[in-house]
Amino acid sequence: MVSKKNKLGKIKGFTIQFLPYSEIRGLNSDERIRKILGIVLGNNILLLQGRLLPEEETRLIGDTMAMIEHVKNFRGIELAVIAGNGNSGFFGKFRRNFANAISGGDLGAVTIVGPATIVKEIKRNPKKIELLLNR
Amino acid sequence: MAIKIVKNFFKRVFLGIFKGKKEIKLGFYGPPNAGKTSLVNRICKDFTGEEIGSVSKIPHETRKVQFKEKVEIEFKGKKMTFKMIDTPGIATKIDYEDFLKFKIKKSEAKKRAKEATQGVVESIKWLDDMNLVVVVLDATENPYNQVNITIIGNLVARKIPVLIVANKIDMKKSDIKKIESAFPEYDVVGISAKYGKNLEEFYESIFRLSKKL
Repeated sequence: MVSKKNKLGKIKGFTIQFLPYSEIRGLNSDERIRKILGIVLGNNILLLQGRLLPEEETRLIGDTMAMIEHVKNFRGIELAVIAGNGNSGFFGKFRRNFANAISGGDLGAVTIVGPATIVKEIKRNPKKIELLLNR
Repeated sequence: MAIKIVKNFFKRVFLGIFKGKKEIKLGFYGPPNAGKTSLVNRICKDFTGEEIGSVSKIPHETRKVQFKEKVEIEFKGKKMTFKMIDTPGIATKIDYEDFLKFKIKKSEAKKRAKEATQGVVESIKWLDDMNLVVVVLDATENPYNQVNITIIGNLVARKIPVLIVANKIDMKKSDIKKIESAFPEYDVVGISAKYGKNLEEFYESIFRLSKKL
């Protein structure tokens, strides 16, 4: 029990923040990326309702890379988009219609973004999704 | 007036001839350590006698976009000319400490990490320049990775044809079916770039997709 406590004690503080899509709907791509990275840099795991456009996702990756160079102790992000809410599970819709899933917006989707220093891996397969944290 | 007509006629004729011999910009994208450079090296070695870049077990060995122009690939009596573009692996995180596991000095690891971040940015910038893209995935890894989905999503949005390659099929842990089921709308070709396994099917798919351009 003691050793378990010690291990858990190594996790540094973080918050899970939910952002409804309405908060980014009126923003342009620059502002969206800035908002997301601002939240993540504050040691928060972001759960965003909906998803970004494919171009915005690559932009997020590109800007993250630029940030690694400029922000001390920032190592990047873990990113996952859970798309689809059909009967066939998380990826059912994604499998049936990939094109729909990449169209952006998609309020049935959830985008998870976390700082890599906190989120070790977002492990997923068609049946489940796991958020593994760094200890 | 007559000179102008003759001039236009020759212009049309020559343009028509060279249009068919246009160099196709063939990009190789994917996560780090999937075997992009190994595959490009094999193709370039087979058809030009020269490799394009170095390969390593350490991730992010390719940190700059490297290309080889006018690579003429011959397959079943047909020839096509490509500009082979090998890109650095795309990742969402890069930690210099990960490189220390490979017994690299701290200063060298930090330099590698810095170059790797710049490489990712460069890879993304080159997306717009491609005519056709081969997404190279490691068949021993879980394909449900957001980087893979983001790359393919971007190519679809840009209307760039995609071929998915499941590399490292020589390894016991490899699972092509998992990749096929993750991307059911795309052609998936299983290969081993290291041993040159199943490249015939790869060339066949490349030629088929190139004809549609």
